[in-house]
Amino acid sequence: MKSLVAVLTVLAAIIAFWYAACVPMNIKGVLDQVERAGVEVTPATAKERRDRGEIGLVAQNTFAIGDTWVQERPRLPAPHQVAVELWETTVEKKITSKRSLIYHAQVTLSATLLGFAIGTGLGILLAVGIVHSRVMDMSVMPWAIVSQTIPIIALAPMIIVVLYSIGVQGIIPKAVISAYLSFFPVVVGMVKGLRAPDAMQLDLLKTYNANTNQGFWKLRLPSSMPYLFASLKIGIAASLVGAIVGELPTGAVAGLGARLLAGSYYGQTVQIWSALFAAAILAAALVALLGLIEKVVLNRMGVRA
Amino acid sequence: MILVILAILVWCLGWWLNSRLANSPASKTRAVQLLVPAIFGITVLVVWELLVRGLAVSLVILPAPTVIAARFASSLPILWEDFAQTILKGALGGYLIGCGAAFLTAILVDRSDFLRRGLLPVGNFVAALPIVGTAPILVMWFGFDWHSKAAVVVVMVFFPMLVNTVAGLRETSAMQRDLMQTYAATYWQAFFKLRLPAALPFVFNGLKISTTLALIGAIVAEFFGSPTVGMGFRISTSVGQLALDMVWAEIVVAALAGSAFYGLVALIEKSFTFWHPSQRG
Repeated sequence: MKSLVAVLTVLAAIIAFWYAACVPMNIKGVLDQVERAGVEVTPATAKERRDRGEIGLVAQNTFAIGDTWVQERPRLPAPHQVAVELWETTVEKKITSKRSLIYHAQVTLSATLLGFAIGTGLGILLAVGIVHSRVMDMSVMPWAIVSQTIPIIALAPMIIVVLYSIGVQGIIPKAVISAYLSFFPVVVGMVKGLRAPDAMQLDLLKTYNANTNQGFWKLRLPSSMPYLFASLKIGIAASLVGAIVGELPTGAVAGLGARLLAGSYYGQTVQIWSALFAAAILAAALVALLGLIEKVVLNRMGVRA
Repeated sequence: MILVILAILVWCLGWWLNSRLANSPASKTRAVQLLVPAIFGITVLVVWELLVRGLAVSLVILPAPTVIAARFASSLPILWEDFAQTILKGALGGYLIGCGAAFLTAILVDRSDFLRRGLLPVGNFVAALPIVGTAPILVMWFGFDWHSKAAVVVVMVFFPMLVNTVAGLRETSAMQRDLMQTYAATYWQAFFKLRLPAALPFVFNGLKISTTLALIGAIVAEFFGSPTVGMGFRISTSVGQLALDMVWAEIVVAALAGSAFYGLVALIEKSFTFWHPSQRG
């Protein structure tokens, strides 16, 4: 309860700071606008205002403060503008409409989930191979670890173009990038998890005369679950980033990344912010969903997480 | 066709060599542990080269490693310029500002229980978000040059670093803190002698996570607008010209820079936290 109050206070402080930041960020645009409408402002022309500090301008033109929160294309949109835009583009638009954020989110989400499924599937397979084969462990594992320090996302534009040139387009290239980004965290986490049982437990299974297969299903796999879910949460966030970035270089027409790019081309700041928040909500929902599945699975397995 | 068969043979040879090495009694020695991944990496490169040549794969799809190496060697000045713009100015500048700010904020947050309770869940939440998406906004605010890239990096590294440092500053046990109290240590004495050293493994964990994030932020931000120099710029324009050897050369630079950056932080960690169990092993 006490934490909830603290969290809400922090959130309120952030929103208050955001509103306050809107004033100096947008004041120049607002003053230009009201000047054109014939209102007296100090200093009188845009040229004189250009080199003035924002704070000073606010102090001299206090009447304009209210307008900084309702501008059409502000440098920094106020929270309620973003909220209204989010509401209008999700609830009030038809889902099939090109302007509906739900439509764009669903485009990105399908690429994310497909890529995530492929990436985790392959990652778990490789981890199983690494745990059971010394050769694979010694050859592949160092590279898997090193690859985590590399900004793999730089590959994204190339993957898209190369796949396009051999005739693959649409959801697959984005999914490939997503898969690639979620692959390595899962491998590293899963290897750690499959190695989690200690020597005592492995010895116990040996005294039961269990073979490798039984040891895997009855001991290694169950004990790897907490590690698996921890890396799945990292993986899905990475997948979403991958899908969004994958939409940038092609000039895709649909998807949250495309909304970001279009917004930045046309100066539609409110659109950028709402796409950004949609992406954030999507990421939070995916991570929360995985957290829920984790809880259920671990509970069924008798692990109290 | 001969080259393809040769590629398969090389792969089998490399695998055979590695399995002999891995299952030999010498497999625990340091030399073999370095040799096996090295053989694997070289095998992959050779197979790649042979397959690309053997199947006559177009340069537009996948250039051979030798082509990439040749391009890398012949365009060193351009690569260095891009490296300086993206890594040294954008990523490193943002990394230092972001991690420094997060560290100071963490110390402030740690002094107040209320702030910690409120900020930690928010910080954890934000750390999981696709923050790269702020790139178009920050590019709009700070212009096309490296300042906007540094700003993206600051936003990206801030929360992971904050969360790790705050968690680290909580690491001391009540017994240790009581001991400091019996010594009549002031807040700052206890901070520098007990809590900061105890937090260092966490701080370095945050610093290491942030190295990769910094590079990602700096490169992706350039996709949204940049001067005519920089790794992200070069990658997106070279992809447009289908000059894939140049793209791969930039990726090699990114890989080298990423590993070197990470390695550097890991080295510093080693010299600062030599006492920690994970470093003694």
